[in-house]
Amino acid sequence: MIPATASQTAGPYWHMIDFPEWADLLRPGSGNEGVPGERVTLTGRITDGDGAPVTDALVEIWQAGPDGEYEKGFSGFGRCASNAEGEFRFVTLKPGPVPGRGNAMQAPHIEIAIFARGLMTHLVTRAYFEGEVLNATDPVLNMVEDPARRATLVATPQGDGAWRLDIRLQGEGETVFLDV
Amino acid sequence: MTDPTAYRRPLPGTQPPLDAPAYGSTHKRHPKQPLLRIPHTLTETSAPRMSPDRYPVQADMSQVNGKGALGERIIVAGRITDEDGRPQRGVMVEVWQANASGRYHHPRDQHDAPLDPNFEGRARIFTDEDGRYSFLSIKPGAYPWRNHWNAWRPIHIHFGLHGAGFAQRMITQMYFPGDPLLELDPIFHATPDKAARERLVSKFDLQITKPEWALGYRFDIVLRGREATPFEKA
Repeated sequence: MIPATASQTAGPYWHMIDFPEWADLLRPGSGNEGVPGERVTLTGRITDGDGAPVTDALVEIWQAGPDGEYEKGFSGFGRCASNAEGEFRFVTLKPGPVPGRGNAMQAPHIEIAIFARGLMTHLVTRAYFEGEVLNATDPVLNMVEDPARRATLVATPQGDGAWRLDIRLQGEGETVFLDV
Repeated sequence: MTDPTAYRRPLPGTQPPLDAPAYGSTHKRHPKQPLLRIPHTLTETSAPRMSPDRYPVQADMSQVNGKGALGERIIVAGRITDEDGRPQRGVMVEVWQANASGRYHHPRDQHDAPLDPNFEGRARIFTDEDGRYSFLSIKPGAYPWRNHWNAWRPIHIHFGLHGAGFAQRMITQMYFPGDPLLELDPIFHATPDKAARERLVSKFDLQITKPEWALGYRFDIVLRGREATPFEKA
């Protein structure tokens, strides 16, 4: 067996592979035009251990379609650069519930990967949606015992289909990151 | 429905830690709480289907509009397999790098070295049925950074890999053999295992080299393999 190649930081100049249109999963040419579902935006601000905005992050999302299927009718990949305020913003459709392991059902969620200068390997977390009935029985959410920490995985509604999930890399209110 | 087969966890020492004290930018950016290990679900074992239709191939960084970039032309080629040696087909590979003078075609790079109008420094390729890829470029230059006094990054090319599972997603850097800066680089040295570090260094390869044209470097990449059984010990 040859172990997997070591990860290395994306560094400060990864924007050479930034294509801002990728943050809109519903853009013309995305293949997602006309897929029925609820249009949502997912916005968040990434901050570091000092609370300073992380202005050079590469944020990627991976999600199921509204039907709960990966890559069948809906193509659920997006990429967004964090801006001068440390904010990212995706336009997408709200995912449906996805089968978990065994007979479990996972609540609707969007997987988030963060690459940046200072991250030797990327960080992975998830955005769930506040108010979903399935959140109460979601296997991943239920692994986090502390309610305050669990809340770092749950986006809050801002009205008109806008959802917000801020991400704290370190310190008070630190986001729960997943070892996947 | 049967559970998806999980990806293998990394062998100790073969991946860099998030807290790498010699690399200053990790200080305020690494989580202090332990990561939450989750069993892999469809979310981790599925991945976007990247195809050249939607993500057009660009395999030649050595010229822009037919005008050659300055520097030493190189061919970079290799094979992408998983940890069991199985070829990984249709992997989308994103590549970016500095020019021969050590400057990125990027507004945030203010290093006092010339830009080259004929070098943009990004490529996108896909692996073939045998997991092979190749692209044409210019040997990048070293550049300074402010991690510590008189710090210089060894010459490198960034690689982003999109495999068959989102848990295989990764970004790495390819280095060049014989670079004296490697021994001094905290990013390279963050990975504890020496053999794992050395696999990040490409090899000069006369088979890839084309006579009267360009030197060839081989860089093989290994993506995470699958667990042998569909059951995972979390």
